[in-house]
Amino acid sequence: MANATQRNVIQTTGKLLVLVVAMFAFAMWVMPPLYNALCEVLGINGKTGGRYEVVDSAVDESRTVKVQFVAQNNELMPWEFGPNTSQVEVHPGEPAMVTFYAKNTQSHYMVSQTIPSIVPSRAAEYFHKTECFCFNQQPLDAGKEADMPLRFIVDRDLPKDIHVITLSYTIFDVTEMAAKQDSVAASK
Amino acid sequence: MGAHGPAKGLTRWLTTTNHKDIGSMYLWFSFAMFLLGGSFAMIIRAELFQPGLQIVEPEFFNQMTTMHGLVMVFGAIMPAFVGLANWMIPMMIGAPDMALPRMNNWSFWILPPTFLLLASTLFMEGGGPNFGWTFYAPLSTTYAPPSVTFFIFAVHAMGISSIMGSINIIATVVNMRAPGMTYMKMPMFVWTWLITAFLLVAVMPVLAGAVTMMLMDIHFGTSFFSAAGGGDPVLFQHVFWFFGHPEVYIIILPAFGVVSEVIPTFSRKPLFGYASMVYATASIAFLSFIVWAHHMYTVGLPIAGELFFMYATMLIAVPTAAKVFNWITTMFKGSITLETPMLFAIAKVFLFTVGGFSGLMLAIAPADFQYHDSYFVVAHFHYTMVAGAIFALSSAVYYWLPKWTGKMYNETMGKVHFWVSFIGFNLTFFPQHFVGLAGMPRRIPDYNLMFADFNMMSSIGAFIYGSSQLLFLFNIVRTITHGKPVNDDKVWDGATTLEWTVPSPAPYHTFSTPPEVK
Amino acid sequence: MYQQAKRLYKLALCPVLMLLSLLSTGAWATEGNPQRWQTNMTPGVTEVGAKIYDLHMFVFWVCVVVGIIVFGVMFYSVFAYRKERHEEPATFHENTKLEIAWTVVPFLLLIVMAVPATSTLIEIYDTDDAELDVLITGYQWKWKYEYINPEGDNVSFFSNLLTDKAEIGNTEAKGSNYLIEVDEPLVIPVDTKVRFLVTANDVLHAWWVPALAVKRDAIPGFINEAWTKPTETGVYRGQCAELCGRDHGFMPIVVNVVEEPEYKAWMATKQAEAAEIKKLMAQTFSMDELVERGKGIYNRSCMACHGANGEGGVGKPIANSPIATGEVTAHIDVLVNGVPGSAMQAFGGQLNDVDLAAVVTYTRNAFGNNMGDKVQPIDVYNFKKGQ
Repeated sequence: MANATQRNVIQTTGKLLVLVVAMFAFAMWVMPPLYNALCEVLGINGKTGGRYEVVDSAVDESRTVKVQFVAQNNELMPWEFGPNTSQVEVHPGEPAMVTFYAKNTQSHYMVSQTIPSIVPSRAAEYFHKTECFCFNQQPLDAGKEADMPLRFIVDRDLPKDIHVITLSYTIFDVTEMAAKQDSVAASK
Repeated sequence: MGAHGPAKGLTRWLTTTNHKDIGSMYLWFSFAMFLLGGSFAMIIRAELFQPGLQIVEPEFFNQMTTMHGLVMVFGAIMPAFVGLANWMIPMMIGAPDMALPRMNNWSFWILPPTFLLLASTLFMEGGGPNFGWTFYAPLSTTYAPPSVTFFIFAVHAMGISSIMGSINIIATVVNMRAPGMTYMKMPMFVWTWLITAFLLVAVMPVLAGAVTMMLMDIHFGTSFFSAAGGGDPVLFQHVFWFFGHPEVYIIILPAFGVVSEVIPTFSRKPLFGYASMVYATASIAFLSFIVWAHHMYTVGLPIAGELFFMYATMLIAVPTAAKVFNWITTMFKGSITLETPMLFAIAKVFLFTVGGFSGLMLAIAPADFQYHDSYFVVAHFHYTMVAGAIFALSSAVYYWLPKWTGKMYNETMGKVHFWVSFIGFNLTFFPQHFVGLAGMPRRIPDYNLMFADFNMMSSIGAFIYGSSQLLFLFNIVRTITHGKPVNDDKVWDGATTLEWTVPSPAPYHTFSTPPEVK
Repeated sequence: MYQQAKRLYKLALCPVLMLLSLLSTGAWATEGNPQRWQTNMTPGVTEVGAKIYDLHMFVFWVCVVVGIIVFGVMFYSVFAYRKERHEEPATFHENTKLEIAWTVVPFLLLIVMAVPATSTLIEIYDTDDAELDVLITGYQWKWKYEYINPEGDNVSFFSNLLTDKAEIGNTEAKGSNYLIEVDEPLVIPVDTKVRFLVTANDVLHAWWVPALAVKRDAIPGFINEAWTKPTETGVYRGQCAELCGRDHGFMPIVVNVVEEPEYKAWMATKQAEAAEIKKLMAQTFSMDELVERGKGIYNRSCMACHGANGEGGVGKPIANSPIATGEVTAHIDVLVNGVPGSAMQAFGGQLNDVDLAAVVTYTRNAFGNNMGDKVQPIDVYNFKKGQ
């Protein structure tokens, strides 16, 4: 092989290897955060944003929106968990509060994490939580129960054709995961 | 490089850097995998021959559907095309060998141990992969059998092999063309492979990323795909199909390349619309990056996303249709003979187009709510994968076998192989459209009595198609051992590409001095 | 020339016959369930389903027409330009006008298809103003239905495969609803917009009933929605459409669409049943009552894994097992909380206390486990409370 060709081959290979590494990095470190960001903007899977800071407290009293609450236990999660109120009617812009009941039915300490999901997904970006138990993991000692608060505001810009919003919470057992995270934090 | 011949014995194959040796090994390996994946399919069809569970347990059935898909896609079709690329690309562009011969050896030798490992998972505790070849989380993470770690390792290894193979192909095509062989003079097969290789380099790392995230979720406590830790199982599907959709074009584009060689040869007429063929291939490759979510219409995408992916997917019909029109116009007013390679090529165009039609139907998002994950989808992708890719591979083998061996295959046996394959294939997969539309989901080991008749037809067809491949194998082996030497180095009077200017069988080293291309 | 035409005619007939067979046998039942020799999609019993069907047929016919033209030219070329008839091939290899034409025409055809597809999709996504909400949860390998009641307790139940193991194992004749029958179907009123909230408990599932034109993925942790408005009463059947593990093929869906009054009556019974269960909790049962109830529960919820005679299978054997012949509280614990890391689920949330007590009693006194002791609902209740 002529030297010039060999140099060119090495150059081509080098460029392609850079592309390989870039695509791997793209899949591992760009796609997941990008997806999460898109989820929050577009409401994919009814994901909602984090804590909301109230900027304007005007209330649109001309219409009401029904907000439904449902709850799910994931796989072996044995807690009792559910909304204390199954639905509320609110005016867009009006702050509202409901509570969810949770009880650790087990004879040992457990940690839970609840994951919210909203339908219709179009409504997700207009549903603002000012306080939610889902922002943090919830530990409960054996046999203990708790009423966990959720404060929210439905945005006044909610499209007019949406009359019902359903908010679902799935509760997961993250006791092991939390223990791992603690030990990692402790070792640092 | 000296003009010496091959080394002797086993060392020749272990240490070879010769593109023809490596091409042959790839082809034999892929044929072995084709038979292995095929036998998995036979088990599936035997179980589905009648309603009720007769032969295997549902758990093992799931392992069979998974392994059938994995072995066929990654073990049979892809390596077969890489084998063809190794054999033909240097000869078609007038190069003495591949650009990176040593890497070429590695990229092949990774494969046999990888697939041995993958197949051995079937005998491990908890069984082999049972989550479908698409391995959706969390079935493939939290709920997977322990062997999933080996599966992930195997996917990494075959990814590395594919990436090395593709880098080699790109480096060869870009740098090693004979003087005068401009890009727009390259044979279509080389073009399609060049574009395919770019697709591979771009998306195999994404697959590697997907399985790496799985590995971390399983063993290192991350939550990429688990809602509990702030992840999302649907993310897996996005990452997977970002790889997976280009992947299906990786499989089909070289097949397009093969028929673009075979049809002009046997029509004795130049390929119609060469330039538009190149552009169509490139635009199919580009579109493949922006249509992935059409595999996920029922997953709950926002309507804007659903519409975007529907329109983009429908758009693929335009360049694909242009290719089909080009092939047909190539035949129009040609001077056609129907040797076995041509029969397979025509059948490929015909049946792939049928698969394209069902693909267009599947692209229509609202209708997909009824088609999705039904047997209609199974019928669709076998029309594109089996008829589209494997028929093209059969065509390629018959077409180039005389060039590789210097001997002529048995034409009658080839034609029998073709007709039995053609009938068997259609009997297998055409009825699957019907049961799919009637409501039979895919990946089930047992079904309601109403689906029984078509399933029995399908199974009979599968046994016919499967056994016809043994005839194929027999024909190849017999050609090598007892074939009649070809009279003419050119073999096919309509052939025009460079590989037909060297002797048949092709000597161990070809084009040590580059040919002059006018 | 005549010979040639005849051959061409014969060949052209093949695909035409194939397509005609596809359409002429396109039978479907009015109830929208799979039929023998059915070759086509059901229009179902909803307006959206009919629109999807029309769209499907429209695209299908476009494909047929395009196919006849394209394959017609192809087979004509193969036969008319064979070497023996056409010795000298033409040499043309491009024609810009032609190439532009066959790019533009398909593009226009696609636009014609995209218009109705878009409007139907928008309709599918319009889930607002439903009169009834049902939460559907996919489990390995059964469905749970929960009727969301704004005024009080939700009615909920599990829906399991009813088909006998013996039918699957080919020792008994298969019924006509083989593998598409359940112990408790979903019941919804006719002519009512029903919204389904779909989610999963463990892995992905997909809820698919062709006649209702609904297919939605069930994703653990997230919720999806779909809706239907059936215009005809009847029993509609479907299956899980997303690979979900071993028994993916054995978790069917049955939806009973009934007249409004019948639905109300059914709902009232369900609510009464729930109230009855509450009452039963305080009651004491005889051994026979417990065993009989327990046997039913066992066959429905336990047998698939533990075997018809407690001999085991996917699950451990119950006959002579240390749990069923051991301490009562430990036995209740296994049923209520499951065994983490194994296939044994926590039935505490799936079965009520009466059923749990019954099945514990049954397994302690069947399959040769002659423990002779009884477990009462109140025992289970106290166990749960004391945890």
